[in-house]
Amino acid sequence: MNTELLGVIAQIVLMMVLSYPLGKYIAKVYKGKKVWSDFMKPLENLIFRLSGINPEEEMNWKQFLRALLVVNAFWFVWGMILLVMQGYLPLNPDGNIGQTVHQAFNTCISFMVNCNEQHYSGETGLTYFTQLFVIMLFQFITAATGMAAMAGIMKALGEKTTQTIGNFWKYLVLSCTRILLPLSLVVGFILITQGIPMGFDGKMEITTLEGNPQSISQGPAAAIVPIKQLGTNGGGYYGVNSSHPLENPTYLSNMTECCSILMIPMAMVFAFGFYVNRKRLGYSIYGVMQAAFLIGVCINVSQEMGGNPRIDAMGIAQDGGAMEGKEVRLGAGATGLWSVVTTVTSNGSVNGMHDSTMPLSGMIEMLNMQINTWFGGVGVGWMNYFTFIIITVFISGLMVGRTPEFMCHKVEAREMKIASIVALLHPFVILVGTALATYLYVHVSAFVESEGGWLNNSGFHGLGEMLYEFTSCAANNGSGFEGLGDNTWFWNVSCGIVLILSRFIPIIGQVAIAGLLAQKKYIPESAGTLQTDTVTFGVMTFAVIFIVAALSFFPAQALSTLAEHFSL
Amino acid sequence: MKNLMRSIRITWVFCVFFSVCYILVLWIFAQLAAPGEGGNAETVKLNGKVVGVANVGQVFTKDVFFWSRPSCAGSGYDGTSSAGSNKGVTNEEYLAEVEARIDTFLVHHPYLKREDVPAEMVTASASGLDPDITPECAYIQVKRVAEARGMSESDVKAIVDKMVEKPLFGLFGPAKINVLKLNVALEEANPTID
Repeated sequence: MNTELLGVIAQIVLMMVLSYPLGKYIAKVYKGKKVWSDFMKPLENLIFRLSGINPEEEMNWKQFLRALLVVNAFWFVWGMILLVMQGYLPLNPDGNIGQTVHQAFNTCISFMVNCNEQHYSGETGLTYFTQLFVIMLFQFITAATGMAAMAGIMKALGEKTTQTIGNFWKYLVLSCTRILLPLSLVVGFILITQGIPMGFDGKMEITTLEGNPQSISQGPAAAIVPIKQLGTNGGGYYGVNSSHPLENPTYLSNMTECCSILMIPMAMVFAFGFYVNRKRLGYSIYGVMQAAFLIGVCINVSQEMGGNPRIDAMGIAQDGGAMEGKEVRLGAGATGLWSVVTTVTSNGSVNGMHDSTMPLSGMIEMLNMQINTWFGGVGVGWMNYFTFIIITVFISGLMVGRTPEFMCHKVEAREMKIASIVALLHPFVILVGTALATYLYVHVSAFVESEGGWLNNSGFHGLGEMLYEFTSCAANNGSGFEGLGDNTWFWNVSCGIVLILSRFIPIIGQVAIAGLLAQKKYIPESAGTLQTDTVTFGVMTFAVIFIVAALSFFPAQALSTLAEHFSL
Repeated sequence: MKNLMRSIRITWVFCVFFSVCYILVLWIFAQLAAPGEGGNAETVKLNGKVVGVANVGQVFTKDVFFWSRPSCAGSGYDGTSSAGSNKGVTNEEYLAEVEARIDTFLVHHPYLKREDVPAEMVTASASGLDPDITPECAYIQVKRVAEARGMSESDVKAIVDKMVEKPLFGLFGPAKINVLKLNVALEEANPTID
């Protein structure tokens, strides 16, 4: 059998096999049960003491959110200052300068919201200091923020009636020390043996075999790559992310990185089932997500391996698939798989250029982010699915004439309103943003020219570049149709705003729903209860997600990716 | 206010924890186990002299060398500004560029038929630094390289055969050839530069 396909299958199997035990472990960690990593306890207690935190303090959902928002606001200030000042700070052997204010605004927000969209290029836009004390630090702690929020929701849903949903700081620290750190170390060790640099010497200057000078950016990449993948961050060390041969040198490093992307998001779904002691509910959610994921994989892998018909028409041998924007050591199959893996999660790292993928692959990439609930970012992906469970419970309740209930608590008007706002916000910011950009492009061309003209491709694909950018921001994904000249005033600011809205409004809404549900009276299950762990309910949720989230984007997709596909 | 103080303090603690301790552990590991020296990228040497980084491709234009794929990184294989073309599959400008690359490739390899030109040799890689080509891409260049070097085709082909890297465990992913290592092996067998 084709070794490229075998590689794709091996990666999918590996993710699934690893995520199940990991999910069990994560549930135990948040529940405070005995696990092998309890030797970290003294260290955690030290962290709590140094930070003035009492981990036993219980918070209600409002206190929980307040802590979450304040710490994020502080991180924003921290990042802004360091990014603008980086030229004057140490660990800058390549002599890179500080970022402009609007660029720092975008970079800082983008990393604070766990998006990692990059309007700069890592080799020249950052110093080793900011790579470590802003970028990498944020990759750990913002991933942990999402996981902490989910832990709070699990606690709220797992109890009969409760006013409190746990301690935000405790979940934040545990997510770092027990989950992200150990996994990052293991992945880091593997990647170092594969040849990813981990040094501080600056550029390497060499003379090539043909006698020309070549300088090569290096740096502490092996520390950033593991957490970039595991925390669904995706911000690459180098400009071209994991397609850079020093960021992803071998097929083994590619398998390791690709599996790291989906491992925790998959595990979080299982963890939910274990935590609330409803394994079947966990499995049914997993089943829906996995089915949607596999549909995407089949389309993208076959599209990319099939190659570009326009190149075929030139009469040359295109056996390896559509290789524009792809690397030989990874191949079209693994790049097709990665393009789905990175967009179903909110990761956004790439190992090939999405701008040059086939139109239908581009459609799947965007659709995954527009739906934004299949596995999703660590913690927050499951939380988006939770929003749709609430909506589905409500709709199915109306259809069969039963009181809508989820996990033995009534779902009422207030929760429904919040869920609807969260679900509608996503298409709203994407479509309004794209409409605004398109309007400016057509009617205010002088402004667009002054920003460098934005687009790298014209026609349907050009619209796709703008749609992709806003989609990627709203999904906190961070990948891009990178042909878009996006380091400009308009894109930095508009994307920054979309990023903030679509990170924090959903988190606030989802934690609030869980907090409100948890305060209600516990209603034991009876014959009249709508079962949420069945295949029927899973299919129903899928349908609701498809109608609400996917179909909103049909006109936009029809004009960009689909139109391009039919013009091939 | 209490939250703000906690935020400031915990951020400092995390800085020490991640940006210093975690980095240090990986850095020490890299000194011991990385293929490169001192945590730097792994280099390739010819006669004791460093001629490149194993995982970063180079521009080859001379007939005595095997060529790499087209590159959009800076002016070509610029290790400080990695980049792909980001051209869409239906972009007419891009398609014209590919046509031109095919013609150029055929001029330098007049013995080839059009349908033998592999797409990899006329499309740009994602990073612009792709160190590899497929085995087919190498085999079709053998005749040109052999003629330029005055070697027999079978000798050059034997070196290419030796340099083919099999898929991972023989099972996963594509087979490939590192162009720089291939050219170094060729130079060792038949020196053309001093």
